[in-house]
Parts: sequence; C-alpha cells; structure tokens
Amino acid sequence: MTTIQKTLKGLWSLIVGLKVTGKEFCRPWITVHYPRQEVTNLDSYRGHIDLVPLPADPRTPLCIVCRRCEEVCPSGCIRIEGHVPGEEKGGPVRQLLLISNVPLPHSAAREPICAADKTLRVLDGFSLNYNLCSLCGLCVQSCPVSSLRFSEDVYLAGASRKDFEFDLLKRLKHRGRFAKIKKAA
Amino acid sequence: MHPLVHLLVALIAILTFIALNGLILVYVERKVAGFIQRRPGPFEVGPHGLLQPLADALKLVGKQLVMPRDADRILFWAAPLLSFAPVAICLLPIPFGPHLLGLNVNLGLLLVLAFSGLNVLALCLAGWGSNNKYALLGAARAVAQSVAYEIPLLLSVLCVAFTCGSLNFVDITVSQTKHGLLSWNVFSQPLAFLIFFVSALAETNRAPFDLPEAESELTAGFHTEYSGMGFGLFFLAEYSYMIVVSAVASVLFLGGWSGPFFSGHWWMLGKIYALILIMMWFRWTYPRVRFDQLLNICWKWLIPLSLINLLGTALIINLVR
Repeated sequence: MTTIQKTLKGLWSLIVGLKVTGKEFCRPWITVHYPRQEVTNLDSYRGHIDLVPLPADPRTPLCIVCRRCEEVCPSGCIRIEGHVPGEEKGGPVRQLLLISNVPLPHSAAREPICAADKTLRVLDGFSLNYNLCSLCGLCVQSCPVSSLRFSEDVYLAGASRKDFEFDLLKRLKHRGRFAKIKKAA
Repeated sequence: MHPLVHLLVALIAILTFIALNGLILVYVERKVAGFIQRRPGPFEVGPHGLLQPLADALKLVGKQLVMPRDADRILFWAAPLLSFAPVAICLLPIPFGPHLLGLNVNLGLLLVLAFSGLNVLALCLAGWGSNNKYALLGAARAVAQSVAYEIPLLLSVLCVAFTCGSLNFVDITVSQTKHGLLSWNVFSQPLAFLIFFVSALAETNRAPFDLPEAESELTAGFHTEYSGMGFGLFFLAEYSYMIVVSAVASVLFLGGWSGPFFSGHWWMLGKIYALILIMMWFRWTYPRVRFDQLLNICWKWLIPLSLINLLGTALIINLVR
C-alpha cells in the first residue's frame, strides 16, 4: 500500500513540477538583453579604482599625494608621482604624510602613522596596474580625503595586458574635459 | 499515378519535411528552454533569432569530419546513416490527412515499430565503433533502455490494435471518427496512452530518459566522437523520431487527422506539435533519472501495468462481442 501511495505522491510531484515550469514559461524575461538594454544597478559594482575630482573643477583630483593607498595596496599595483610646488618635478616625495586638518572618513579613522604635515603637493601621475589588482578596496578605504572610488565601467575589456595599465590622472583629465564641454553646451 | 512514382514523391516530401522540421524544432526547443528559464533564447541571428537554426546547420555542414585513430572505420560511419535512414520509412505509412500518406499498408503499425527499432542498433554501433569509453557506456545504456521500453510500448500499442481490430493507420484513424472527440482512443485507453507516451520518451532518448547521451556524466554518450554532419545526422534523427512517435501517438490515441470544425492535415500537424511541445516541456522540467530508476520504472511499473491493461482490454472486447 505504501509503495502505491509513494508512487501516487511521486506522480503528483511531476504535475507540480510541470505547473512550476509552465508558469515560468508564461512570465516575462528577467535577464538583461545586453546590446539593447544595460544593467542599472551599478552602484555596488567594483570596477577598477578611479580618482574623484574636486567638486568645483572636474579636471583636478581631490588627491593630496599622501601615498597611503600606494603603501596599503597588498598587490603593489599603485604608483604615485607628485611634487611640492616650487620644488623640482620628479623629486623624492616623503611617504605617508598626513594632513591633519582634513577630516578623516570613518573607515580610515585610525592612528596617523607619522607626524602631520601640511605641505601642499601636486599630483603628477597616478598609475594603476589593473592586472595585479585584487579589488580588495583597501586603497579606497584608507584614502583620507575620499579621493578614490570604484569605477562603474562594467564593459571594460582589452586584448593585452597593456590595456589594463591605466594612468588614472590622465583618465580624470580626459573625463573632466568632456564634463566641461558638456557643461558649456 | 504509378505506385513507384507516388512512393518517390512521398519520400522526397518526407525528407523535405524532416529537414524543415529539424530546423523548426531546434529553434522551438531553444526558445522553450529560454522561456522556461525566463531568458529570450536565440535572438541575434535574424528577427527573434529565426535564422539561428539555419546558421547552426551551416556550421555543422561546414565542419570537418573527424574519426578517432583506433575507431572502426565502417561501423563508425555506418552508425549515423543507420540512425537517420529508417526515419523516412517510419513516416511513409503515417496518414497526415485522409489522402495524404506515402504508403497505405495493412501492417503500417508493424512497419513503424520494426524500423524505429533500428535506431538502437545505430546507437550501439556508434558507441562500439567510436572506441571511446564514454561512447561505449552510452551505447550500453541505450541498448538496455530501448530493449526494456520497447515492451510496454508494444503492449500499449496492442491495446489499440485490439480495440480497432487493425494495424492499418488509416483504419485506426477512421475508427476514431464515429462519435467525434469522445471516440478518440485516449478516452477509452488512457492508461495505454500514458504508458505509450512515457515509453516513447524513453525510446527517443528524450529527457528525463536521456541517459545514452547524459552530457553531465558521459560527455555526449554515444555521439561523443562525432563532429559535423556525423553528429548532425544523429541530431536530425532524434528530432525526426520525435515526429514519428508523436505522429503514431496522435494516430493511435488522438484521432489522427480527425477533429472538430475541420478535419485534415492541420489537425494532425497540430496534434504532433502539441505532443512535441509537451516533450520539450518535460525536458526542461525534469532532472534525468538514474539508471536503476529508469529500469525500475519500466520493469516494475510500466510492463505489469500495460500487461494488466492489455488483458483487461482483451477481456472486455471478448465480452462485448
């Protein structure tokens, strides 16, 4: 008796299964139809890092050349060049100098590693080797002025390693120029 | 018309139908799979991906035919041909309309059953000739499965033959037209229909009984080593056998070409494709059964049930007469 009951139950489960797939068959697609549609929920997407510009000037980065990100990066994929105005370009820049009067974002609120230094510096280059990056986000977390963010470039693709060695400063200036043209228009 | 000319025309028409049907079914299968998984399915080639099967077919035709080094040359190439060739003969005696059939023979049902049995041999040869362990395992499964499921299939077909008193497809169809819809055999023989349909799924190696090609376990089973049109012929044969079993099922149980409002080949085609859609629905709903489950379903349930059904049918027919 139990065998027959079990079999009948099994047969019923087959019908239930058909009902499930039949219902799904009639409902609309849930996939994004890529070339015609694009995803919209990019806020949480972690692309490669990008420089954040000053609110007033889209071509100048917020970066203060403290080089924390370069130091904290476990993959060593960030290289920063900068100079103190008035000094020679390309000269040695002391590492891990923190400007104490800039409020730290919550995530980076920790003991300053060395003494405060209010020397103004200018960013000359911010190169990122994205081939090595593990997208851990430590650089974004540790930036004292929130000058780094994740880009939302989902469709990033390239044919060689060279395509993933970015100069973020150049990219920022490039973007800034377009933003300015847009504004003017 | 000379009977030979009639036969030739019918064969050409059937082959055209098979080729067209292959293109349509590939498209429909992928669309059904897509819709059940709530994605669009093929969409890029042509409007709504309509030309996708054509592109696939061209790709298959253009591919190089490769044979493994230690394979048996004759058996390896004979298998796909042997798989595909009987399909045309299987479709010959099936009446698509009152006058739309290739060959009106008294033993039409027997002809179809005999020639569709050849497919197992083809799968067996493919598995053996490939000299590949996956292919051989697939072939072994195919043989065990087909031999087992042919029995309930035949027994359920016999029930219909008993009630109609004929093995001729035209006679069987005509016998179901007396009282309209209700005289369809599916109402007098529901169990036989169910058993026939399940066995037909197993005979055509359709999911959930697609163990001979079980891609998750056996790479591609019996056709692992086939490329290009070698694989293409197996593929075409599979879809054509779907047509054959659906056509036989609609003639035996669903009244063939007869139907309300207008009788004729449109009803027959509608029934065939409705059954095929159900087969596709099954495929994208059920997981593959295990091998022992497969044989248990057959030997422990389908064969006893179909035997009881057959005996009951025989008894009732004897009492009525």
